[in-house]
Amino acid sequence: MSAPPQARPARAPVGTVYRGRAGMWSWVLHRITGFLIFLFLLVHVLDTAMVRVSPETYNTAIETYQNVVMGLSEAGLVAAIVLHAMNGLRIILVGFWSKGARFQKRLLWLAVAAAAILLIPFLAIHLSHVFNPHEDTQPSPTISSPGGD
Amino acid sequence: MTVIADPKAPRSRAAGPGRRATRTNAEAAGWMFMRLSGAALVVMVLGHLTGNLVVPENGVRSLNFAFVAGKWSSFGWQLWDLVLLWLAMLHGANGIRTIINDYASKALTRLWLKVVAVAATITVVLLGTLVIFTFDPCPTINGKVRDGSPEFCYSTTP
Repeated sequence: MSAPPQARPARAPVGTVYRGRAGMWSWVLHRITGFLIFLFLLVHVLDTAMVRVSPETYNTAIETYQNVVMGLSEAGLVAAIVLHAMNGLRIILVGFWSKGARFQKRLLWLAVAAAAILLIPFLAIHLSHVFNPHEDTQPSPTISSPGGD
Repeated sequence: MTVIADPKAPRSRAAGPGRRATRTNAEAAGWMFMRLSGAALVVMVLGHLTGNLVVPENGVRSLNFAFVAGKWSSFGWQLWDLVLLWLAMLHGANGIRTIINDYASKALTRLWLKVVAVAATITVVLLGTLVIFTFDPCPTINGKVRDGSPEFCYSTTP
């Protein structure tokens, strides 16, 4: 089995080796983001199910999302997903990589950096569409079948 | 001082600390499922977001029925979204179960919250699966393709 845990010299009184430190906050972040993503999934499948009703029903549902408030919420949702994904990869490494637990704190900063690298270009693209008044809702093609009417 | 079992000690079938409560270890399987599905979901969700929010010329504003119908007229995207739906919902439901176990202290509260979570999960997975499999990218009304369908629905009409 592994070597007995070494007693760390006492530092600032922050509870335990776990409480109040990076490991705890990444765990809190993982729970909150995971919970929010799950709630979004329920709504997301329900609104997408409107494609089964009619094109108009689906487009009406989607149009209610196409405003600045929802656009910013989508930015927050994608940020939550990317942070959850990168911290999830960190959790996998901590569990399966022999040195993962030792480097858990460094892996957290790596996960945050990877999330930032993914999110910065995404947010630039996404917010440029959200705040571009010239890109109004895409008009649905209203072509009738040739020879009709 | 309370003596607890060494967590890495082999499990014994005899009563006492560290005893196996069940023959199988569902929690260990759930632990492994979260990591395997999580790794797959990183790729599948980031692909889903890139394909729907980054690749289309107008990003999120490109989304409408014609866009979805264009994607789901290809079996590859149907399969992608189907696997995504199942993995994401099962991964999320197991996460919600963990959260319920941690914060609901009364047994009856835990039971009811889990009943709600399982019911929501089953409903959404079945609804999503049904929609993907019964979806018609060129819906018709009175024998004509409905407005808002993707362009390829109109071009093949004689």
